[in-house]
Formats: sequence, structure tokens, C-alpha cells
Amino acid sequence: MAGTAYKIQEHKYDIVVVGAGGAGLRATMGLAATGLSTACVTKVFPTRSHTVAAQGGISAALGNMGHDDWRFHFYDTVKGGDWLGDQDAIEYMCKHAPAAVIELEHFGVPFSRTEEGRIYQRPFGGMTTDYGKGVAQRTCAAADRTGHAILHTLYQQALKHHAQFYIEYFALDLIFDQDGACRGVLALDLNEGTLHLFRAHGVVIATGGYGRAYFSCTSAHTCTGDGGGLVLRAGLPLQDMEFVQFHPTGIYGAGCLITEGVRGEGGFLTNSKGERFMERYAPNAKDLASRDVVSRAMTIEIREGRGVGEHHDHIFLNLQHLGADTLHEKLPGISESARIFAGVDVTKQPIPVLPTVHYNMGGIPTNYHGEVVRKVGDDPDRIVEGLYSIGEAACVSVHGGNRLGSNSLLDLVVFGRAVAQRCAETIKPDTPHKPLPASACDEALTRLDGLRNAKGSLPTAQIRLDMQRTMQADAAVFRTEKTLQEGCAKMDKVFASFADVRVADRSLVWNSDLIETYELNNLLYNAVATIHSAEQRHESRGAHAREDYPERDDVNWMKHTLVSVDANGKCSFDYRPVHTNTLTSDVETVPPKKRVY
Amino acid sequence: MAEFSLPRNSRIQPGKHFPASEGAKRTRTFRIYRWDPDTSDNPRMDTYEVDLATCGPMVLDALLKIKNEIDATLTLRRSCREGICGSCAMNIDGTNTLACITAIDDCKAGDVSIHPLPHMPVVKDLVPDLTHFYAQHASIKPWLQTKSPAPPDRERLQSREDRARLDGLYECILCACCSTACPSYWWNADRYLGPAILLQAYRWIVDSRDEATGERLDELEDPFKLYRCHTIMNCTRTCPKGLNPAKAIANIKKLLVERRG
Repeated sequence: MAGTAYKIQEHKYDIVVVGAGGAGLRATMGLAATGLSTACVTKVFPTRSHTVAAQGGISAALGNMGHDDWRFHFYDTVKGGDWLGDQDAIEYMCKHAPAAVIELEHFGVPFSRTEEGRIYQRPFGGMTTDYGKGVAQRTCAAADRTGHAILHTLYQQALKHHAQFYIEYFALDLIFDQDGACRGVLALDLNEGTLHLFRAHGVVIATGGYGRAYFSCTSAHTCTGDGGGLVLRAGLPLQDMEFVQFHPTGIYGAGCLITEGVRGEGGFLTNSKGERFMERYAPNAKDLASRDVVSRAMTIEIREGRGVGEHHDHIFLNLQHLGADTLHEKLPGISESARIFAGVDVTKQPIPVLPTVHYNMGGIPTNYHGEVVRKVGDDPDRIVEGLYSIGEAACVSVHGGNRLGSNSLLDLVVFGRAVAQRCAETIKPDTPHKPLPASACDEALTRLDGLRNAKGSLPTAQIRLDMQRTMQADAAVFRTEKTLQEGCAKMDKVFASFADVRVADRSLVWNSDLIETYELNNLLYNAVATIHSAEQRHESRGAHAREDYPERDDVNWMKHTLVSVDANGKCSFDYRPVHTNTLTSDVETVPPKKRVY
Repeated sequence: MAEFSLPRNSRIQPGKHFPASEGAKRTRTFRIYRWDPDTSDNPRMDTYEVDLATCGPMVLDALLKIKNEIDATLTLRRSCREGICGSCAMNIDGTNTLACITAIDDCKAGDVSIHPLPHMPVVKDLVPDLTHFYAQHASIKPWLQTKSPAPPDRERLQSREDRARLDGLYECILCACCSTACPSYWWNADRYLGPAILLQAYRWIVDSRDEATGERLDELEDPFKLYRCHTIMNCTRTCPKGLNPAKAIANIKKLLVERRG
């Protein structure tokens, strides 16, 4: 047996959180505060997590800058998600949003302020008042560094509550007991090169998205869908993976994010004729239509020859007219990014931008407590014992087919808090750990041994590039049967080519070649799940735009896709109904209607 | 005069050379510090010739091109690639900075030399051990401390002017470029907090919402924690985010003087 060669250090906690971004940290500090013994296992130091790069803000109907109500926010989120979101979870999120943001302020987040000293709020795409009639100022901002401000504050709170971190530990595989309940995670300590088994009554997966499955994305190098990989390999399904958000304004070439807050503050897009083309596509909301709408409009402009630049292959984002003072106070971060990555002085020139992969609406299916669910027989909401997921890794689903800007930071803190509360309700501190089967780690160790000694012909970077090119070309803003089928065939080949991977670094300490290979494996699982899910959904909804099925089809497709991926990369499908019911009578279900902005 | 020399096992040896691939159009040589803790070998400088015609504009792009196409064993931290996460802090051409926002064209003429952040224990290659730096950060209690209860259903109020006093402070990304550029920190890192942590301390001292100013100043009034700053200014010169830790430290010193009356 391969396992005998490896020594494993065992740790026992009530709960283990994997990931230390906004969601993982909010859960960790909440769990630490309740008295449950909690470990947070993270592959990067907490403030390096990608939440740090969120810019524009966090939504909550505080009404600091005009009339607002959480029910408007609820309506906008249901509509923004093109009626694929679960309305009970959306109600939970929007109703708890004001308290969640006020709690962040009490923790010390340096929010920008109004003249009255209250939290500053800016307009954002798809955020309206009175059910679509007016423009809401709902997105709470710390200049254009809101993610940085929130992530650092949550880390500070975790320090305050003496949370136990295991930093630069990479989660290799989940560990289950004989009843199929998740009871821990096996991790590799990068700094020592040693193996650690974290045993727990529950594991919270907060590992973020998988933007790096694509060639061009706003996501960090570390956004590799590790949670999705862990869950799929354990034989559990992911949900709604075909819904990948393209952010309208990634910097042309570099892919770095330029916040939607630019358009919230009055910036606008133009084509090669200097035309504000969004007026044609979204007569009311214009540049503040939701992201899928704006990204499609930009793609059409470029496709019809009205792109800017030498190759007519991008669009201009204009903010020169906002004036140096506003840019300095409200948008200093993107002014710096535009200078560094596009050589642009934003007080004088527009920023060259392109729709860029940004966010994964799909992920690990959960209920609004953060408990992972699966479909068993007639029960579409059966809880997987011991397994939780939050943040971008999860699919609650509050974002449905398309996430509204500034709803993701909200998702992190609301459901990070919810999962901590749920664990506090259901787990008694210091409950003894039941024995695990002797073979619990065998599969994980066999995989580790195989990858550590992988002597194939393809370097990790080569397979990764093959995957990224395929996904970029064939699972793009617009999709057709032909490109998707070609893409599926190509992705299946790339997935299979992983059997021939070569790891060059044979060392134990900080073997980043090995870690990147594990990450690649996680990405490959997410990528095949994404492109096959896209192929089987015969309609257009939210970010999933099929040119051969241009309309939304509520009769056949108002349902969540569940995709499982076997060890050979073969996908199989099932479906869960969308929760059209609300949680309470405080708000009424929004029935589906045509989605126009 | 006293002569100092490095211990035998720390002397950097010449390393391997990786020539450019056939048909490279515009090559630039990168000299990179390598050290593998799994072997007993001394650190070495490997040289890599990189074709800039097929490489992105930043030093991080070159490092990742080397890792992806030439030598997968090269080890470094990296994440956001846009200067906000602070992972890829390293010494490039003698200056501590972030590889992701340093343009190759802005490096000095000739070979580009790359080392890990100076005077930190090296874990491997360009990866320094920042454990002590993070522990120092935690030691200043870097969270909002208040005695009066927060309003139950709304935020604490803060004027725009009071909020503006946090600008230039809250943006710190904890990359450690400044602290590891400070000679005083090199000498006394065990007891001197260093510019990054002192800037963080000042961020809470000037936050109008924080009510532990006195305790925070008490904690800092120490010959080592604070007063090992000798206004050398390397911190401010090197900060890749354009912040001014030296000024924050000077302000703390000023507050302590004013407090004495």
C-alpha cells in the first residue's frame, strides 16, 4: 500500500474551514467566537486571498443615500439571476444585508463616508428602487478597495478571537466515514512538506472560484476551484456550472479588473464610432445594466466591426469627465491599475477593456444555512452530513444565472455568518470523534504518491494552457451547439492527458510544481463540468447565452443542473427544482417575466 | 579593521545557465537566487535567458514564463498579479517591490537580478519565512478597540475628514517590502516592530472610532518597538503602493512627545 510510506500528523477540531477569503474568515471568526474548536486551513496567508481584489463594494439596502428597501434588493437579485436563483436564499441574504454591513463597520472596515458620516453608497449594475423604476444607491464602498478593506478587517477579527490558522497548507482530499459523512480533510504543509489529517465533525469549504480554467480572467493565479475538485472527486455533484460571469471591464490584454463602480460613478462605454452603444441595448439602465447584458452588447459591437484599437477587438471605458477629484477620492485603485497595466492616465484617456471571466455562479449546492445538499430519490435537498460550503465555491443559489455586482461580498459575509450559526446549533463543543475506517486516507495517499512521482511527457503548465485555450474559445460569452460540442471533445482530451502529466520538482518543502499540479487537476474537473453543463442546457438564461436557443425556456429549464464527474472525466446530469418559494411572508415570490433593463 | 564574512554554507555560488530557445527574438537575462532546503547545497544564482517577444510586460510574467516553460522547480509566491495581495514581494535589481507591477522595461540595463526579501530566513528560492513579521502584526492588536457600545442598528458615524486620515494607511497590503528594506529592522527585527507594523499601529491610533489610543501609545513607548526607527526612509522609498511608513512613524513619535506635554 502506498500509504505506509507517509507519516500523517493528526489534529482534532470540532470544525475545519478550508479557505481564508471573505467567506472562510467570516465563518472562522464566527465559529471561534461560539466556542467550537475551529481550524482554518488555507493555501495562502489570509490577506492574500482573492477577496482582497474586490473593488466596487458590498450591497445592502441601508438607504443612506436615498430611499431603499431590502425587498427592492430581493427583486433585483431574482431578476439579475434570470429566475434561476433560489428565492428563499435570496430573501435570507437581502434581508440580512443591512445588519451584515453594519456589523462589518462595527468590526472597523474603513468605509467611505457621506456628509452625515454614514457609509457611502454608490449605484451598481442592476440595482434599482421600486422594482426597477429608479436607480438605487445601494453598494457600500471603501473607495474602490472594498474587498481589501473587508478582508483585512475580517482577518483582524479572526486574530482578535484567537482563531487557529494553518497557513500555506494545501487541502489534498476530503475524508469521509463509512456512512458517507464528511469527517475531515487531508492537507499538505508546504513549509515542512508534511501531511496533516484534520479530523472534524464538519468541514466548511470556502475555497473560492475557478477563474483560472480560462485563459483570460480577472481571477488570481490561486483561483483554481479546489473545493469543486474536492467535492467532485468525492462523488458529489456540483450545480449550475454552465453559468460563468464575464465582467464587462477587464483591462484589455492584462485582464485585471476595472470595477463596475466606474460606471456607477458615471463612466460609460464607447465603440469605435464614439457611440454610447449601451443606450441601444438597455434603454433604461444603459451602462448600468447587469453584467451579462453589458458583456453581450460589447461582444456584439466588436463582432460587428465597431471595436476600438488597431485590431478593432476591444471597447473604451470613459471616465475622463469625472474629474481628477472624484477619481482620486472614489476610484484611486483603478486609476493606478489603468496606469500600470494599460499605460493610461484616466484623467485624460479612456481605458481599453474587454469582457473577462470573473465569477462562477455555479458551485457546490447548498441550502441557505451553508449545508451541502444532494438529490437522493425524490428528495432534492438531502443534506450531506458534515459538509458545508460558502462563498464563490458554493451555489446557494443566490446569484442564479448571473450575479449582480456587489452581491458577492455580501454573499461571503452573510453565509459565512450563517454557517457558523448553523454549526453552533448542531454541533456540541468537544464532541468525541468517532473512529475513521483504517482505509480513510488510502485513496488520497495513492493520488499523492502518483502525482509526486509523475513522470509523464506533459508539463503541468502545458496541460493548463491547453485547458485555458479550450475554455476561452468554446465556453465563451456566446455559445452554440457546434462550438460547445467541439469544446467538450477537446476538454475531454485535455482531461485525459492529465494521466501523462510530468512533475519536475521532486522536493518536499514548498513544492509549488506539485501544488500547481493538484490545482490543475481541480481546474480540469471544474472545466469539464462547466463545458458539458453548457452543452446540455438548451436555452439562454443569465450568463449562459446560446445562439441556437436564444430564448429563456422556463417550461423545460427553470431548474438547477447537477453535474457529476467520474475519475475519467465523464459527466452525468441530474436536476433540482429552483426554490421559487420565499422564506417568510415578508416578501412575495417574484414570478418569472421577460428580463429587460 | 574587523572583517566579516558569510558563513560557509551561506555563500552564494554560481548556478545553472538556461540559454534562450532557438529563434528567440528579444532576449533578456534574469539572474535568480535559488536555494533548496532539501539538499545541503549552498544557495546559487541561476541564469535564465527569456525571449521578451513572447513574454508579458512584468517581471512576474518573466518568472512565470521561466517556471512554465524552462524550469518548473523555480519557487515563488504569487496570486493576484495586480498589486493588491502582496504575495510576490521580492528584491528586484536591489529594490524590494512586487514582481507583478514591476515592468521588465523599467529594470536597470543589463541582467535583471532577483533575490528573496532581504534579511528574512529563506524557506526556498524566492519564498521568505514571514512568520515573525505576521506575529509582530498580531502583537499590536490590529483591530478596532472600543469601550462605548456600538449603536445597535446603524454604523458608527465618522466624518469625511476623520475618514480621510486613514488614507495612505489602510491601503497597506502587508507585503513586508518596507520592513525588509530597513537596516534597523535587519539588525533588531527581534524587538523592533519595523515600518509596516508601525504603519498598521498608526492606522488604529488615528481612527476616530478607536478608543484605545492611550493603550496603543503605551505599548509602543519602548526603546526597541518604536525608537529603533532612525528615519532612514528606505521604507517610504521602497513601498510599492506609494505609502509613507516613515511619516506614520514620525507621527507616532510626535504624539508621544505631545502626550508628555
